Amino acid sequence: MSTLLEVSGVSVSFDGFKAINNLSFQIGKAEMRAVIGPNGAGKTTFMDIITGKTKPDEGRVIWGDRSISLLGMSEAKIAQQGVCRKFQKPTVFEDQSVCDNLMMALKRRRSVWDVLKYRPAADIARLEQLADEIGLLGEFNRQSGELSHGQKQWLEIGMLLAQDPKLLLVDEPAAGMTPSEREHTTNLLVEAAKTRAVVVVEHDMEFIRRLNCKVTVLHEGSVLAEGSLDHVTSNQEVIDVYLGR
Amino acid sequence: MGKSFIKNHPTLLIFLALLALFTLGVTIMSEAYGTAFISTSFVKTLGKTLCLCLVAIAMDVVWGYAGILSLGHFAFFGLGGYMVGMWLMYERTQEVVLRSLENQVIPPTETEISDAIATQIFGVVGSADFPLIWSFAHSLTLQLILVVAVPGLLALVFGWLAFRSRVTGVYLSILTQAMTLALALYLFQNDSGLRGNNGLSGLQNLPHVTAPQSEISMWFLWASAAALGLGYLFFTMMLTGKFGMVVKGIRDNEQRVRFLGYEVEHYKLFLFTVTAIVAAVAGALYYPQAGIINPAEIMPIASIYLAVWVAIGGRGRLYGAVIGAAFVSLLSTWFTGGQAPDIPLGFYTISWVDWWQVLLGISFVLVTLYAPKGIGGLFDLLKCKEVQK
Ligand SMILES: Nc1ncnc2c1ncn2[C@@H]1O[C@H](COP(=O)(O)OP(=O)(O)O)[C@@H](O)[C@H]1O
Ligand SMILES: [Mg+2]
Repeated sequence: MSTLLEVSGVSVSFDGFKAINNLSFQIGKAEMRAVIGPNGAGKTTFMDIITGKTKPDEGRVIWGDRSISLLGMSEAKIAQQGVCRKFQKPTVFEDQSVCDNLMMALKRRRSVWDVLKYRPAADIARLEQLADEIGLLGEFNRQSGELSHGQKQWLEIGMLLAQDPKLLLVDEPAAGMTPSEREHTTNLLVEAAKTRAVVVVEHDMEFIRRLNCKVTVLHEGSVLAEGSLDHVTSNQEVIDVYLGR
Repeated sequence: MGKSFIKNHPTLLIFLALLALFTLGVTIMSEAYGTAFISTSFVKTLGKTLCLCLVAIAMDVVWGYAGILSLGHFAFFGLGGYMVGMWLMYERTQEVVLRSLENQVIPPTETEISDAIATQIFGVVGSADFPLIWSFAHSLTLQLILVVAVPGLLALVFGWLAFRSRVTGVYLSILTQAMTLALALYLFQNDSGLRGNNGLSGLQNLPHVTAPQSEISMWFLWASAAALGLGYLFFTMMLTGKFGMVVKGIRDNEQRVRFLGYEVEHYKLFLFTVTAIVAAVAGALYYPQAGIINPAEIMPIASIYLAVWVAIGGRGRLYGAVIGAAFVSLLSTWFTGGQAPDIPLGFYTISWVDWWQVLLGISFVLVTLYAPKGIGGLFDLLKCKEVQK
């Protein structure tokens, strides 16, 4: 399996505190990966580095077949490469409709000029299909601020799908969801991982078990263990720092 | 622009109709073309107000829609005025100089004429030479290009530096204030090349035009109304559709917009520059009606007033900005023009010339606290009532 993203030897410190310490990580083109670790392990910071929000002090982040470095790129350029991110808190544009949110996310050219010229007519059918997939077709023209918490999570996932990313970074997707919503989310993520790389950060073990994928355990900014869920949960170090608490 | 565009923007149609009606009304009542019910000086006030409305909608786009609280857009307004003022003053002075040299026995040389014009214009600041920046002042076309180019370039360079470094929020506001202050202080100097604190004057006299002020004032009112209408249409079209969504997205959560793959800095720079240019056009129409421009016009306070108008009118909707600018600036003219009757309280007399500023300040605070949608928010109430029926 060819590698899509390779992070090697990355370190970041905030005011002397090493949030990420010599971290290395690889993921293939159509792979699901769960990242677990106690609070403050550096999971969100890890995503910040890949998406360009945080610049690492050292290390490399190599992307795609042409092995380009993501480090010098702006957040927008990285996103245009096909790296997409879902935040811990659902962040949709509350002032705008479901349709508008999806339209902004839809994979189209992003320059000022292209966006000024953009005409939505040809894309409406695709947007409706997306809204249908996330169960929000009935709310297509509603302000997204009026949606329930779960529906906002859905909309955000819909926006990720609309971007048609090569790599999907999902930060704690199941937080605040009902059991049935969780199941729906699991199915969507598993489905997405068939054609692209998906990295899921999650605390909920049950959720991770259902993803049925390789697990990376982060602790104090570096990888503590990697392998199947059963493999890592039987690792004594992992039990000590994380599961045992 | 199809039917649905108009259907989606009922306010655009209403606005343009009201603007046309207003212009027609003023024309019918003007001294030059109608019943002389409205004095020429009031026509000028109304024409100037239209220009203020235009700069206000530019401010609304940059602040209300994109969330960039620029407190420097009046600098661009003033620069536009200066650029057109240079031609007006040059051409007019040339006309006067030529006329006075007409009767000389020996016809004057080019240099003599040029020196005479320079002395006329720059005598007040103790100079008799044209500064380099007046190189194009003889050409209306070139100066009109500069109306757009100079403020546009300043906005582009300033915006590029500021946005590239991710300066946002209150820091950006302070930076824009610093820019206007620096510009004003520079212009206050006698050797700035723009006549220091004297500024440019006599701008109401159009060169080579013999028509009386009553007619000229109407021409400018028409031009200002047309500019406002076009500006309104331009911004409405620009903000419709995906571009407007991205801009509002930047206002509400710019980091999120970045992660969607949009280069936020490019959008901000584009908006900052385009609105600066519109502000400059408004200024270029305003100052020939005002007759004079000096550096005091672009002191930082002017840009703050601009933000106050937009806040009072209701930001995030173009007609709100128009209402705010028209309402507050006309009221301000009335209060500070001495027309408002003073209120004698026996022990103290409230004189509106002094107290108007206080009143304006208080209303700004009240609007910000209790009616963040401004006067424009009243229209939402009406809409709600209709829906309930
Ligand atoms: N911008 C920042 N400035 C200072 N410290 C930070 C910053 N971002 C994260 N940290 C610190 O880095 C550590 C890792 O944080 P984070 O990546 O959010 O952990 P996780 O998502 O695994 O809970 C935490 O101790 C956090 O306090
Ligand atoms: Mg986190």
